[in-house]
Amino acid sequence: MSPAHLLTAALSVSAVRGGTLSLPHIDYLTILPELIFLGGALVMLLHSALIRRTMDAATSTSWALSAATAALVASLVQWYEVSAHGPKVAVAGAVAFDGFSVFVTILVSSATLVAILISHSWLEREGVRGPEMQALMLVSAMGAMLMGAANDLIMVFLGLEILSIALYVLAAFDHRRPASGEAALKYFILGAFSSAVFVYGIALVYGATGTTNLPQIADFLSRNLLLHNGLLLGGLALLLAGFCFKIAAVPFHMWTPDVYQGAPTPVTGFMSAIAKVGGFAALLRVFVSSFGLLRADWQPAIWVIAALTLLLGASVALVQRDVKRMLAYSSINHAGFVLLGLQAATSRGVSDSLYYLFAYAFMALGSFAVVSIVGAKGDGNHRLDAYRSLGRRHPWLAAAFTVFLLGQAGIPFTTGFLAKLAVVEAAVEAHSVWLAGIAMVSAVVAAFFYLGLVRLMWAAPAADAPVAGAPAGAMASVGAATASMQPAERVSAGALASPVGTAAGQVSGSAAGSPAGAGSTSGEEAGSTSEETEEPALSTPLGVGIAIALCAGVTVVFGVIPAPLLDFAHQATLLIR
Amino acid sequence: MIHAAYLMVLLPLAGFAVLVVLGRRLGDPWAGWLATLAVAGSFVATCVTYAGLLSRPSGASREVTQNFFTWISAGPLHVHAGILVDPLSMTMALFVSGVSTLIHLYSIGYMKRDRDFPKFFLYLNLFVASMMLLVLGSSLLVTFVGWEGVGLCSYFLIAYWFERPSAASAGKKAFIYNRIGDAGFLLAMFLLFEKTGTLSYRGIFAHASDLSTGVATAACLLLFLAAAGKSAQIPLFPWLPDAMEGPTPVSALIHAATMVTAGVYLLCRMSPVLATAHDAQLVIASVGAATAFVGATIACAQDDIKKVVAFSTVSQLGYMFLAVGTGAYEAAIFLMVAHAFYKGLLFLGSGSVIHGLHDEQDLKRMGGLARYLPLTAVTFASGWFALAGVPPLSGFWAKGDVLDNAFARYPTLWVIGIITAALTAYYSSRLFILAFTGEARWRHSEATGGPAPASTSPAAAAQAAQAASVAAHLGPHEEPHEAPVTMAVPLVVLAVAAFAAGMLSLPWHTGITRPLAWLDPVFGSSLYAAHQSTATKWVLGVVDSLVAFGGIGAAWLLWRRTWRRPALEPDFLRRVWYVNELYDLLIGRPGARLASFASGVIDRRAIDGVVEGVGTATRGAGSALRRLQTGFLRQYALGIVLGIVLLLAFMLTRVWP
Repeated sequence: MSPAHLLTAALSVSAVRGGTLSLPHIDYLTILPELIFLGGALVMLLHSALIRRTMDAATSTSWALSAATAALVASLVQWYEVSAHGPKVAVAGAVAFDGFSVFVTILVSSATLVAILISHSWLEREGVRGPEMQALMLVSAMGAMLMGAANDLIMVFLGLEILSIALYVLAAFDHRRPASGEAALKYFILGAFSSAVFVYGIALVYGATGTTNLPQIADFLSRNLLLHNGLLLGGLALLLAGFCFKIAAVPFHMWTPDVYQGAPTPVTGFMSAIAKVGGFAALLRVFVSSFGLLRADWQPAIWVIAALTLLLGASVALVQRDVKRMLAYSSINHAGFVLLGLQAATSRGVSDSLYYLFAYAFMALGSFAVVSIVGAKGDGNHRLDAYRSLGRRHPWLAAAFTVFLLGQAGIPFTTGFLAKLAVVEAAVEAHSVWLAGIAMVSAVVAAFFYLGLVRLMWAAPAADAPVAGAPAGAMASVGAATASMQPAERVSAGALASPVGTAAGQVSGSAAGSPAGAGSTSGEEAGSTSEETEEPALSTPLGVGIAIALCAGVTVVFGVIPAPLLDFAHQATLLIR
Repeated sequence: MIHAAYLMVLLPLAGFAVLVVLGRRLGDPWAGWLATLAVAGSFVATCVTYAGLLSRPSGASREVTQNFFTWISAGPLHVHAGILVDPLSMTMALFVSGVSTLIHLYSIGYMKRDRDFPKFFLYLNLFVASMMLLVLGSSLLVTFVGWEGVGLCSYFLIAYWFERPSAASAGKKAFIYNRIGDAGFLLAMFLLFEKTGTLSYRGIFAHASDLSTGVATAACLLLFLAAAGKSAQIPLFPWLPDAMEGPTPVSALIHAATMVTAGVYLLCRMSPVLATAHDAQLVIASVGAATAFVGATIACAQDDIKKVVAFSTVSQLGYMFLAVGTGAYEAAIFLMVAHAFYKGLLFLGSGSVIHGLHDEQDLKRMGGLARYLPLTAVTFASGWFALAGVPPLSGFWAKGDVLDNAFARYPTLWVIGIITAALTAYYSSRLFILAFTGEARWRHSEATGGPAPASTSPAAAAQAAQAASVAAHLGPHEEPHEAPVTMAVPLVVLAVAAFAAGMLSLPWHTGITRPLAWLDPVFGSSLYAAHQSTATKWVLGVVDSLVAFGGIGAAWLLWRRTWRRPALEPDFLRRVWYVNELYDLLIGRPGARLASFASGVIDRRAIDGVVEGVGTATRGAGSALRRLQTGFLRQYALGIVLGIVLLLAFMLTRVWP
């Protein structure tokens, strides 16, 4: 069926019902970044459909990066528009255009930019061709933006589904590893389940209030005192359950470690940043602006969920042996912190939650970027042991990871510290002192495994490390001897294990220019491989190097000079409070 | 002319900055000349400012505050980085910069061919800058910056030859003793800020009369604690003798002439507050007199030439505090200036001897040096007579001034003071006789010092280490040589000053006004001795002279013929009244036991136990919870269902409470 037929059918439906076709007035600026992302994805898919040759990573990355950059610029324009003319609703009340939504848009588009850089290096390393991964990322990110801007429960659901369905496919993207498919299937089934619960929640709320529009719900609640609000509260509970699945709050979190571990590492990074941002954006808007009057009913539930999320995330992360699972539980712990701001249910709390999300998104992306590098070809080297004495082999890489881990642990002079401080302060101001205490205890426990990993990276290699076999050792020492003549990657163990592709050649050329890669491609690497031959030598390609540098820059710069970002977050207010 | 007052602080600081950058390139001796020039510039700036101040009419117009910028502005606390130019601070600045210039000059010769020649002058310049800031600061906090700065430089310079364990530990000792005093300074500042709302001297003095006696007493005693640390008074004096591990110019500049008098200056500066606290005055006077006596007795039995001079400094500082305690601030300043001259001279003279004998410090291995070091001997004699209190040298007038005031207010303390004066004359004469007259014992190679007593205390260990280093050159010395001209000039200048400084303040009122009388506006006429009759003054003066000559005579008779008199050097005095051992017993060992308790029981068992317990518990919880993560989809879905059911159940309780 062609689009023309579809359009005719739609027109005939509306003509039958309303007699005339009435399109709402659309202020395109308010949805410009979403349109850019969608347009970018469509262009990439069209491009690859129209030309016979499979699109290579460089082309698709260029497209995706252009789209992300354009969206970022558009969202900055939006910011000035909101600052100058104030917030408003658009597209027949379906979309809110306020500081909050624009903040989320800026965050999502910049995080997507970073994620695309990471995915580029993964695509090149794994030799995967085609635009699908990045196109799906754009679509998924668009869903997250819609969730941030949604002013209607139907719109929230739409955003949620656009975000999720693309993510299901992305999780399954590494078809060579069965774990990837398993992760996607689990995520899909549980996601579909929770989406159904969410829709049922919308239905109940509609039944109780007669509308799905968020301001109208708030309006209804402020004008009517419900004598029997069981229907409404039931709907609220189901909405909360649906959101909690998306943000991985306990006990709706169980998919997280499996999916984070199974999905390709760039996708995990993308998911940990974008899906959380989208989920939290909608959760904050729906609960604080529409159901703010019912806060006495939902605050205790959030209290318990936040406490469980904080404690479980931190304590189970402690016993993980796989870095991706560890970071998955760490992200659960972070979700608990963001919930602190929601639990406070104040304007200040919302801003602090947004700030936390901003800080967290870049630390998580940076962490998974490092993990993606250390994962090496095949994306399977994720044991914690792989990080032992990383600082000796790749000082820059280890330094960047140290920044992200310290930031997530909440060490001062990183955004992570200020973010934790902000949400804990918001909780204390809202008289949730015990919850703040639990948060701090969980931060202490979490610091244990973050710092443990840092120690592992900078500690001396274990004395009882298995001695490498003689042939490999001999080859490596030959490599060390000839390191001055050849690029380091060509003699490294990883390159010996698999044929040297053109991608690796390109990579070695470009790595020298990247700040994070500068230290790791020198001759000393070849020397160290002779000591630890069981560790593959790692390369830090330009794309992921820039991504890591960007994330580390955000984490440190805004940690040292916090004022701009804090002001930014505090101006990102909701249209209706 | 007062507008250039900031140069007094800034020039030495600039010298320091230049030496930090270029010191190594300038090297020996140009780094030294640059440093000397910077300090001399500071001295010139001080003279100019002084002249400017003198040209103004006496009174309030001679008190100028220059604020450069607002340093701290927090709530009610406003501190300006500024200097206060008034007769008191200018007196101090004049002699600090003057003596510093001479000692810089001397150091060029003394430190020749030292490995870290530029570094030494870098520290010296920083010290002078800090000392000028201390003296000129317009508020307690600015003074405190200088106070800490001189303490830091003192630490650097005592431990200058830090390869020697004894020097390193002496530096630490000085620093730690000073920290105790600094705590008192800080507490005094807190208290005064709490009660007056300001830290500037002018502001505090404006409120001085509103302070209750208790507050004033507490503040003064806390400040006295600070002063006792810096100026080596009982109970914080043992660091000063150990500080002689530093190069001799350092001992002369920091540990005789300038830094150690900072405590006296601080109390004089705070005299308006001190005047209202009579109990504190009595405490200060008593501690001062006791320190004077104890220091003098110890100086009688020391063999190390620098140790004798060091304990003499402790004793003389005690006199100054006696004067402060009796309210005779002018007398204290008078003695401080005179002391800076003659004690600086004695140290430089000792340095000249040590230099001439190739680092020999043991008096028992000297003797007959007057023939070989005539200039040193003559100048040293000037310092000796001044210290002993022989009329008409400066020491006689200055000490007489202090004792007259003590006699008028605390007669008991005067008795202690006069006994101490006799001891002073005795030990200074013994020092001169052993070093410059008699048999030339440095020609022999026998061991002369008593056997090093075995002890476990760190101080004794340091002494033992020093004894070992002395023993290293127990062989016969070659003929001593006179010092180079850069060392000779300061000796001569200081000798003249030590001789004539008494003219600053002669006790009788003639047509000529006393130069020190210009301090009167700062202190008021609080001298008790001013009310004494001329006859009393004459009698007291004669008593002072008789005591001085008696001490000198006794020493002449006892030490002229022999250098071995163990009966006069009891172990009790040689070992500094066992103070180091006492502190070790009372504080050192219990402290070490407390520390080992804290690290062993409290830290390792209790705190680490709790931490590790929490860690183990969390890990256990994590391992248990991890089992829930089976990997089975059905179980995950069950988790979600459970969550939904619980949420719905909770909402149900909200509907039907």
